[in-house]
Amino acid sequence: MELKSNVPSGPLAQKWTKHKFDMKLVSPANRRRYTVIVVGSGLAGASAAATLAELGYHVKCYCYQDSPRRAHSIAAQGGINAAKNYQNDGDSVDRLFYDTVKGGDFRSREANVHRLAEVSLNIIDQCVAQGVPFAREYGGTLTNRSFGGAQVSRTFYARGQTGQQLLLGAYQALERQIGLGTVEMFARHEMQELVLVDGRARGIVTRDLVNGKIESHAADAVILATGGYGTVFYLATYAKGANTTAIWRAHKKGAAFANPCFTQIHPTCIPVTGDHQSKLTLMSESLRNDGRIWVPKTKRDARSPDEIPEDERDYYLERKYPSYGNLAPRDIASRAAKEVCDEGRGVGPTGLGVYLDFHEAIQRLGEDTIRERYGNLFEMYERITDENPYRVPMRIYPAIHYTMGGLWVDYNLMSTIPGLHVLGEANFSDHGANRLGASALMQGLADGYFIAPCTIGHYLGSNKLEPVTVEHAAFREAEAQVAARAKRLLGIRGKRTVDSFHRELGHVLWENCGMERSQRSLEAALARIPELREEFWRNVTVPGSGEELNQSLEKAGRVADFLELGELLCLDALERSESCGCHFRTEFQTEDHEAKRDDANFCHVAAWEHAGEGKRPVRHVEPLEFETLTLATRSYK
Amino acid sequence: MTANGDGKHKTMKLTLHVWRQKNRDDEGRFVTYEAKDVSPDMSFLEMLDVVNEGLILRGEDPIAFDYDCREGICGQCGVVVNGAAHGPRRATTCCQLHMRSFHDGDALTIEPWRATAFPVVKDLIVDRSAFDRVIAAGGFITAPTGNAPDGNAILVPKADADLAMDAAACIGCGACVAACPNASAMLFVSAKVSHLGLLPQGQPERSRRVLAMVAQMDEEGFGTCTNHGECEAVCPKEISIAFIARMNRDYLKALALARAESKASAGGG
Repeated sequence: MELKSNVPSGPLAQKWTKHKFDMKLVSPANRRRYTVIVVGSGLAGASAAATLAELGYHVKCYCYQDSPRRAHSIAAQGGINAAKNYQNDGDSVDRLFYDTVKGGDFRSREANVHRLAEVSLNIIDQCVAQGVPFAREYGGTLTNRSFGGAQVSRTFYARGQTGQQLLLGAYQALERQIGLGTVEMFARHEMQELVLVDGRARGIVTRDLVNGKIESHAADAVILATGGYGTVFYLATYAKGANTTAIWRAHKKGAAFANPCFTQIHPTCIPVTGDHQSKLTLMSESLRNDGRIWVPKTKRDARSPDEIPEDERDYYLERKYPSYGNLAPRDIASRAAKEVCDEGRGVGPTGLGVYLDFHEAIQRLGEDTIRERYGNLFEMYERITDENPYRVPMRIYPAIHYTMGGLWVDYNLMSTIPGLHVLGEANFSDHGANRLGASALMQGLADGYFIAPCTIGHYLGSNKLEPVTVEHAAFREAEAQVAARAKRLLGIRGKRTVDSFHRELGHVLWENCGMERSQRSLEAALARIPELREEFWRNVTVPGSGEELNQSLEKAGRVADFLELGELLCLDALERSESCGCHFRTEFQTEDHEAKRDDANFCHVAAWEHAGEGKRPVRHVEPLEFETLTLATRSYK
Repeated sequence: MTANGDGKHKTMKLTLHVWRQKNRDDEGRFVTYEAKDVSPDMSFLEMLDVVNEGLILRGEDPIAFDYDCREGICGQCGVVVNGAAHGPRRATTCCQLHMRSFHDGDALTIEPWRATAFPVVKDLIVDRSAFDRVIAAGGFITAPTGNAPDGNAILVPKADADLAMDAAACIGCGACVAACPNASAMLFVSAKVSHLGLLPQGQPERSRRVLAMVAQMDEEGFGTCTNHGECEAVCPKEISIAFIARMNRDYLKALALARAESKASAGGG
């Protein structure tokens, strides 16, 4: 397997402009001859599907939910970054580029990140044009706020619903195309298999989730925009249905999976309340603009927070990282929270929690201003915990939130399978080993609105594609495989539910491959996961049949894939003998317990190739070279 | 632990009367279940998850219900609990409703959204694709990718932006339709019409949009609005019926303009 990044030559700041000129085009009259499949209808998927259809391609789009607008992009709260420098505080494309590369701990592909910073400007313009109701100043211009890992105010937001509003912009553009007949939408359909013809991605096999029917769909190119795989940990901030199946199936057909162990833990989530917990809820990073994070200075301090005087409080982020304070990047803030809780200074009934306190901000700005900025987030917190954050500090704890890892893609966002492009969180590449807040929304839309429409055209214009229909043997074969798998899952009729396996897998991964990893913990996970997988295929029980709506069967297929991905994740963590960004190996840390990178040996992308059932996957490497930056120790002090 | 934390709450036992329906053509019926050891900190859907785990282990068919984000923003979940869409708590989706809203020994009747325009798919799951078709008819601003001016080129007065955001907060869950005695979708449609109609970017298509969306809404079989206000009462995002009034004005104006235009193009009055 060869990993060719296909980064264009020339100075960094001109690569994308030059590439747009050099790429092949498809003439408007010819575009309608091509069909492009887009799996996933979130920010990346909906924007790509809508834009490709506007250009004249025929598009088929799929989502497992009942409507494209349900994609989990909708839940993003805080904002979207762009280097507009409207706040006149020193922002620029170069600064956003540098902040993102540094934030990613120098484990991302430089050219991709620079392009991301460049198109961030266009994204805001496009969203405004669609009617996204961004927050405004009294004079009518767009307003900004700050986010983690930046010393400038570059985040655009729509109250606490930025994700939903951006998604609705893309969804509405998509529905306009659906109304015009240029996009065929298949809601409540889940991709089960990727189909290759002559080594190229030429279609997919789906299950209709309402009646169980297995169907083939042929195309000239396939885009996967299916989001992240953080629900492999079971408890995460993702939607319950979020899964790895589309990219995992593609991986098993030859798409390299890059840096699977780069899983982001968000520092401010509502703590777990019990075994029944079905997911974790995120409290937007934007809260860290005004909230102050602290724990008592004394261990096992049982006093209520208002009884603890100022001098007995440890505002540990402000103490450890004076320049960034409470806006230290996520990996750093999460590990700092874990550290103080491990010391016995955590708060809440489980001791796994820290305070996010708005008392001082309310004094300074007034409750009304705080309500205006964060009202809906405070309400959400109160619904879940029955505590009033205007009166008592919020309790928060880190939780799995995002995956920087994903299918490997080149500069054209194409995977190692020709014709298979991967967008948004489903791919790796732009965020390195740690994503900055407000960057996911930026990347999804960059990929979908501005990059993929060009690079898909380049792929189609550069390759002569023989027409392929669903009658081709490759589709028949794939359908048979999907049907056989479903039949097998339904036939086991064991003693444990799908959820019980999922929970256990999640627990093993969180304990052994979570915020801190060690050779010992990873080897323990690598021993346990195959056992759990073997038991799953022998002892799971999936009720019902394959010819009806069957939520247990849906879950079973996803968990079966998680039981394989989980193992690769731990293997990747074990092989990367350094600490960087979110990946913290206890054996490789500085004296102040910060991540210690090994640039000499690990400044690369680890891209795994599936080698067959039961065989150890093969680790390939894409070296990362930085032509404009010097690799620095990432410090936020 | 700390005083901020909760002690161990007593668990509850509840009786659930749940609507079961095999598919669109099945008549359907209520079936009674027991939910035991329900913690007040559980969400309503987590309570159903636990009931389902029990059903699966007993070899019975688990209750099918829609959900995804479990945090009140995707709009996919939605059941009627004791006659209230999304349950008893104001401005709260059923996935964000927690069992501390109920008491030990309570009986809960759990049904899907009931509306001709939302046919039942299975058990508590309904088909809301009518909403997508209404959006496809006009709930957008035509702005093909690539030709947008600078974000600050269009000034939007803060008051307009804030009000547009109030309307844009709609999550498309359909509780409004479920609660309305007429199964009207006016709150949903007026929220989108208002969001886009309040912004300068939405002006060029303002008349077209409201006429097309209302026409599609009618075609889908939603009822008319007779000002009950049930919709606003159950809306998890507290969308105001003032937007319905606003849309009615928009609609009449658009209708008048359309008539005037067709008279003019027919050769003058």
